[in-house]
Amino acid sequence: MELWNLMSIILLLGLTLRWTVSLNSYSGAGKPPMFGDYEAQRHWQEITYNLPVKQWYFNTSDNNLQYWGLDYPPLTAYHSLICAYVAKVINPDWISLHTSRGYESLEHKLFMRSTVFVADLIVYISAVFFYGFYLNKSSEKKKVFNVLCMLVYPGLILIDYGHFQYNCVSLGFTLWGIISFTYQRYLLGSLAFVLALNYKQMELYHSLPFFCFLLGKSFSKGIKGDGLVLLVKIAFTVIASFALCWLPFLTTEQIFQVLRRLFPVDRGIFEDKVANIWCSLSVLLKIKNVISLQTQLKLSFAATLLSVIPTCIKLTIHPNLKGFIFSLANCSLSFFLFSFHVHEKSILLAALPVCLLLNETALMSTWFLVASTFSMLPLLLKDGLLLPYIVTSLLFLLVTMTSSVLEKTSEEDLKLKPFCISIRRYISWFNIPKQLMRNIFLLSVITMAILSVVSATLTPPSGLPDLFPLLVSVVSCIHFLYFWMYFNILHFWEPTNKIKTN
Amino acid sequence: MPPDTYVDTSEWTLDYPPLFAWFEYLLSQIGRYFDKEMLAVQNLNYGSTATIIFQRLTVIFTDILFMYAARECCRCIPEKKDGKELFKRPAFVLAVLLLWNFGLLIVDHIHFQYNGFLFGLLLLSVARLFQNRNLESALLFTILLNFKHIFLYVAPAYGIYLLRSYCFTSSKPDGSLKWSTFSFLRLASLGLIVCSVFAVSFGPFIAMGQLPQVLSRLFPFKRGLCHAYWAPNFWALYNVIDKALSVIGLKCGLLNIESIPKASMTGGLVQEFQHTVLPSVSPLITLICTFISIMPAVCCLWLKHRGPYGFLHCLILCALGSFLFGWHVHEKAILIAILPLSLLAVKGKKEAGIFLVLSTTGHLSLFPLLFTAQELPIKILLMLLFTVYSFSALRDLFREDRLLSWLEVLYLCGLIPLGIFCELFYPLTPWKERFPFLPLLLTSVYCALGVMQSWLKLYILLLNESATVKPKKDQ
Repeated sequence: MELWNLMSIILLLGLTLRWTVSLNSYSGAGKPPMFGDYEAQRHWQEITYNLPVKQWYFNTSDNNLQYWGLDYPPLTAYHSLICAYVAKVINPDWISLHTSRGYESLEHKLFMRSTVFVADLIVYISAVFFYGFYLNKSSEKKKVFNVLCMLVYPGLILIDYGHFQYNCVSLGFTLWGIISFTYQRYLLGSLAFVLALNYKQMELYHSLPFFCFLLGKSFSKGIKGDGLVLLVKIAFTVIASFALCWLPFLTTEQIFQVLRRLFPVDRGIFEDKVANIWCSLSVLLKIKNVISLQTQLKLSFAATLLSVIPTCIKLTIHPNLKGFIFSLANCSLSFFLFSFHVHEKSILLAALPVCLLLNETALMSTWFLVASTFSMLPLLLKDGLLLPYIVTSLLFLLVTMTSSVLEKTSEEDLKLKPFCISIRRYISWFNIPKQLMRNIFLLSVITMAILSVVSATLTPPSGLPDLFPLLVSVVSCIHFLYFWMYFNILHFWEPTNKIKTN
Repeated sequence: MPPDTYVDTSEWTLDYPPLFAWFEYLLSQIGRYFDKEMLAVQNLNYGSTATIIFQRLTVIFTDILFMYAARECCRCIPEKKDGKELFKRPAFVLAVLLLWNFGLLIVDHIHFQYNGFLFGLLLLSVARLFQNRNLESALLFTILLNFKHIFLYVAPAYGIYLLRSYCFTSSKPDGSLKWSTFSFLRLASLGLIVCSVFAVSFGPFIAMGQLPQVLSRLFPFKRGLCHAYWAPNFWALYNVIDKALSVIGLKCGLLNIESIPKASMTGGLVQEFQHTVLPSVSPLITLICTFISIMPAVCCLWLKHRGPYGFLHCLILCALGSFLFGWHVHEKAILIAILPLSLLAVKGKKEAGIFLVLSTTGHLSLFPLLFTAQELPIKILLMLLFTVYSFSALRDLFREDRLLSWLEVLYLCGLIPLGIFCELFYPLTPWKERFPFLPLLLTSVYCALGVMQSWLKLYILLLNESATVKPKKDQ
C-alpha cells in the first residue's frame, strides 16, 4: 500500500481515538464552586477577551486571581484570546464577564474539545508525522509502527482530551525544535523552543538540554570563529522572540507580576500525591513538617542540579542528536523526581523524548510510557476517566506488543552492551540474562494492573484515605528512578566515535 | 416475559420474531445484576450509566460470533501461495473489510442494535455452504430467520440453491439439471430442520393462540411506503419524481390544488400517503416488483450450477432487489448486501469495483442515523477510515486493473460536497426550520442512483457469467 494511504489511515485512527476519548468527562465536571482545569481554560478566555492586557495577570475587581488566575506564560493567554473570539461568534454567553462562571453545556464542551483537537492537529500531530515519516530513515513498516505508537500514547490523549489541557501545543513546539535541530537549523529550533517555553513554563524542564546542545554545537565549531557567531545569533533570536511574546508586558511591574504567577514558590515542595522522590520519602519522614520552606527550596534545587549535571556535561562535550534526545529524557526525569512543586502531569515532558526513542529501545520505552500513564491514575480517577484509561492503555499495549518487543531483551537489544562490557572489566561475571528484563516487565505490568483495579473498585480503610494514590505514586516513583538510571547509563555509554546519524 | 410479550405497550414494542425475544430474555437475566430498574416495563427511555455500559458490553460480547464468522469466511478464500506478506493477502483484506465495516460499527455500537451477531449467523451459514456443510448452513439460516425476519429477503436464494445443489446430488456436464439424481432423503432432512426450528420458536405462541398478534407485529403493513429516513431505493426516486411532477403540474396549471392530499410525504413520519401524479403504490405492488426483480437471478441459480460463488451472487442480488423495491425498507438493510459483497470483492476486479461504489454510497446513506453534533466527527472519521482502506487495499489486490470507470469516480467524488452540504452547511441555514427533510431527501436520491447502478452492474455480471460458464464435472 502506498505510504500516503498508510499515513491517512494512521492519522484517521489517531483522530478517532482522540475524539472518542473527548466524549468523556473532564476535570471538575459538575463540581462547583471551583470546578477544574476545564473551567480554568474557559475563564481565561473570558478574562483575555473582556479585560485589557495590562490587567490579565493582576488582581483587580474584575479579575479575581483566587478564581483560576492566569498562571501560564503569555502565549497561552493569546491562544485563549483567539478561542474567545471564536466563542463570541458561536455563543457570547460562554465568555461573558462574571456571569459565565461555571458555564457547562454540551455545546460548550464540544467547542472546547474542538479547540484542543484543532491545536493538536496543527502543532503536535503535524510534528509527529514529519518526524516519523521524513526524518526516520528506517523501513516503511517501522516508520508506520513508530508513528502509530506515538499517536496512540495514552498519557497525552487522556490529559489533553480527557482532563482538559493544551499540552499538545507546547510539546508540539518542542518537537518542531528537535526536528529543526536535525536539519541543523539551530535558529529555527531555538525559536520553536522559545515558543514552547512561552506557552507553558513547565518546558523549563527541557531548557537545559537545549542550552547545552547549542553550547556544545558552538564549541565544536570553534569558540573563536563560527561558534561565537552562532552563539550570538542564537542569543539574539532567543531574546528577540522572548521580547515579541512578552511585548505587552515589558514593564518591570508587569514582568515581576507575571513571574510571580508563573512560579508560585510559596506552595511547598509537593502537592497531592505525585510520583517523585520527596513525596515518596515523606512516607517515612514528614519532610514538610521537619524542614522549613526555604530549606525545602534549597534542598530540591541542589538535588535537581546534582542529578542533571552529568548528562548536561556529556551533551555539551558531544552534541549529537541521539545524545540530545537522551538528555531531554534524563533532564525531564531528573526535574520530575527531584524538583520543587511538581505536578503529576509533568511526566508528559519526559514521555515526549522517550516516544522518540521507541525505535531505539523498544521494550524500555514502551514500559516507561505505560508506567507514565499509570502514574496519573489518581488524577484520571478523580476526573471519571477510568474507562478511557483502560481502553487506551490496553490499545497501546496491543499495538506495541505486535512488534514482538518481548523477544528483544538481550543486552544488545537493550543497548546496554557497552555498559556491560565496562562493568565486566571489574566484575567478570556481570551479565544481564535475556529473560530477566522480560520477566520484570511482565511483573511490573501485572502490578500496575492490579493496583489500577484495586484503586478503582475498593474503598480504602478509614484510617488511610490516601492509601491507593500513595501506593500508585510510590510504585511509579520506583519505576521512574529505574528509568532515570537506565537512560543516564544509555547516554553515558553511547558510542561517540560513530558517524553522526539522524 | 410471556405471555403478553407482543402486546402493544409502547412505541418500542417487540417487533422481531420469537427467538430474538428469548435472546433479550436471556440478556435481561444478566442485566438484573447491573441495574434492576432497567427491567421495569414502565421505565421507557431509561438510561443510567450502568444500563448503558451493560447494553454496550452485550453488543461487544455478541460480536464475538461475528468475528468467528468472519474468520470462517476468510478461511474459504483460496490462498495464492506466492509468499505475500500478511497485509496484502486477500484473506486479510476481507477480514478488515468485514470487521471494520463502517455501517456495522455505527449501527451496532453507536445507534445500538445487535446486527453484528445476526450478520455473524448469516456469514457463518454462507461459509458453511462454501465448506459443503449444507445442513448446518440451513440450520443456521433458519435460526437467523427466527431472530430477524428481514432476512426473508434472501431466503429464496437459500431455498433454490439448497434444493438445486443439495437435493439433486449431481448435475449434467454442462451444469444443467439431472432429474434422476433427486434425493428425497436430503429434501426430507432439510425440511425437518427448518420445520423444527420454526416449531421451537413459534410453538409457544401458536399454543397460546397469539399467532395473529405476533404476525401483525412482525409485518406492520400499516407503516408507510418509505421509512422515516428514506432508504436510498427505487421508491425514493419514485416519490421525488412524483413530487417534482406535481410541482411542475401546479405551476403549469394542469393540476387542481384541491386534489392534492394534505398529508405531506416529506413530513418524515411513518404515515401513509398518496401519490399525486404517478399511480399509488400498495404493499402488493412492491411485493410483485421485488418478485420480478429477483426472478432472473433465482432462475439463473436454478438452471446453471455455479457453486457457492453463484449462490453468493444470487443472495446479494436478492438482498439488493428487495432493498430497492420492498415496502418500508430501512436503510440499514443495505448492510445485508454490502457484507456478503465483501466476500466477492476480494475475488474479482469487477466485483471489487461494484463493492466500492455500493459500500461508499450505502455507508453515506447511513449518516442521518447519527444526528447529534458530538457524533459528527466520529462518523466522518470512521467513514473516511473505511473508505481510504477499502480503496487502497482493493487497488493493491488488483494491481494491474482499473477498478472504477471515470463516471463512477466522478459520482463518488460528488458524495463529498453532498456530505458537507447536508452535515455542515444546511444546519446553519435558515431553511432548516422550513424544510427539515431536505438533506435526507438529497442524500437518499443521490445514493439511490449509486445503489441502482451497482444492482444493474451485478445483474449484468451474473447474466454474463451464467451464459459463459464452462462445463463442470459432476458434483
